[in-house]
Amino acid sequence: MNRSRVVASTIAVIATVVTLFPVYWMVLSAFKPPGEIQSLEVRPWTLHPTLDHFRRVLGGENFARYFLNSLAVALTVVVLSAVVAFLAAVAVTRFRFRFRTTVLIMFLIAQMVPVEALTIPLFFLVRDLGAVVPAVGLNTLGSLVLVHLAFSLPFAIWMMRGFVAAVPEALEEAATIDGASRAVVLWRVMFPLVAPGLVATSVFSFITAWNDFIFARTFIISAKDHQTLPAALLVFFKPDENDWGGIMAASTLMTVPVLVFFVAVQRRLVAGLGGSVKD
Amino acid sequence: MTTLTTAPAGPSTRAGTPPRRRGGPRPWLYLLPSAAVLVPLLGYPVYMLGLLSVFDYRQAQVSGGEPTRFIGLANYAALAGDGRFWSVLGQTVAFAAALVVATLAVGAALAVVLTRAARVPRLLLSLAAMAAWAAPAVTGSTVWMFLFDADLGLVNQVLGLDGFNWFYDKWVAFGIVGATVVWHSFPFVMVTLYAGIQAIPASVLEAAALDGASAWHAFWRVMVPMLRPLITIVVIQSIIWDFKIFTQVYVMTSGGGIAGQNTVLNVYAYQTAFGSSEYGLGSAIGVVMTLILLAVTLLYLRALYRGGEKL
Repeated sequence: MNRSRVVASTIAVIATVVTLFPVYWMVLSAFKPPGEIQSLEVRPWTLHPTLDHFRRVLGGENFARYFLNSLAVALTVVVLSAVVAFLAAVAVTRFRFRFRTTVLIMFLIAQMVPVEALTIPLFFLVRDLGAVVPAVGLNTLGSLVLVHLAFSLPFAIWMMRGFVAAVPEALEEAATIDGASRAVVLWRVMFPLVAPGLVATSVFSFITAWNDFIFARTFIISAKDHQTLPAALLVFFKPDENDWGGIMAASTLMTVPVLVFFVAVQRRLVAGLGGSVKD
Repeated sequence: MTTLTTAPAGPSTRAGTPPRRRGGPRPWLYLLPSAAVLVPLLGYPVYMLGLLSVFDYRQAQVSGGEPTRFIGLANYAALAGDGRFWSVLGQTVAFAAALVVATLAVGAALAVVLTRAARVPRLLLSLAAMAAWAAPAVTGSTVWMFLFDADLGLVNQVLGLDGFNWFYDKWVAFGIVGATVVWHSFPFVMVTLYAGIQAIPASVLEAAALDGASAWHAFWRVMVPMLRPLITIVVIQSIIWDFKIFTQVYVMTSGGGIAGQNTVLNVYAYQTAFGSSEYGLGSAIGVVMTLILLAVTLLYLRALYRGGEKL
């Protein structure tokens, strides 16, 4: 081992510790008994782990409900955006038509729209929409599904495009020659083949919906039952004294699902990035 | 970390092969579901944002039944004459610029470290970065708030600063929020640049080493020029993210800090619209932001084209 390798490895380990520390501190504090959190003698470990905070969070504050709401919104967005993005990706990779490049550029520009600024028009749009279709009005989970579908779609299409293009066209031609209809080729041949891409794309759609803070805060005004996690987290912030144990337990519950998803596709993600500079 | 635009660039380069078939109406049929979602929920709101910005639209019009009144560019004139708008715009640009520089410096340095570190430390750092990347903005904010809490925060206890409030001073507060944002966003830069460095043929770096180039020179004279297209994309992506920062500022400074001292443009638009019920004025701020981001996006498109990406 030469010197630069040792130096680099040392820096890498230090950076790992610094980067992971906030996550570690969050989980640790979630398990610490309240007395230790209040204590002025802070220790980076605990000898008396407790589930008190989790029990309080899941029981008292209706948090289990918010967790399921977030999950329902995110999973609905994932399924819908996977199907819709797959079709659009097939259109832009497998066909040649007028305005194809224009359509692609529109998808790219759509990703740049400052989503937060659109809360103002979307608030009124959802309010008016609710008068016609109550299921997607203000205070409903449906409204959150709609906006997150719209915001995750351009990126999902952009990403799916690469995976669809990677499927050899010979496979479709063979299936067509064997007498398969267009629908069969699309859903029975291609769709299963891009499954790995769908998984990777889905993770991003999931995260977009799961991490949302601003729309949940803006659309869900009075229906407490329809609150989702990010906004519900703020319940634990009290003007006099913050309930840090509760906040950390709730934060842990919110972080773990994304962490699991992210690590699951980690390899695919890095592999995908590697290809981007080869030509 | 919601819009990772460069991430898919990987598989998508293979999409460069020209599509073969002429499908008549079929491709449009396949695009129909996307259009059905994006036109009403993204395109129309953008149009509506512009429309709202030229109207006098406040609480009286929203719930009081007063007629909405077209006022032309009066909202924009109000912004132009509003010292607070300019100071918020200024500090948004300054804050975003600092964030971009910090994110890039940390991300690029660690990408180089990754290429030289032994296998286990490399794996550990990649996993740690994934964790920071995946952590939702809200929970990242709450954890950093806790670490810097005046009474029970770890930082104050370790430093022996009893009761020091990190969110009291404007620039110190910006610093803490900035650290949180960098923590969230450096992994994207690190992973992207690391992948880019990996793709540089080993022979090129060997040749540089044989010619007597130091590691420092090899980095600046060989790697950076070869990675230029990728670096451009990462920079522009970071500008876009950091310019429209919202959640961390909103959560950590409770909506913009003491007397709104930590307000950035996005938070300002939101507060103007939903806090003060000045929906028209808030929309005008949103339009200004959209235009600035659009300009950055056009630069991004140009960088993509130059980078050899075929659409």
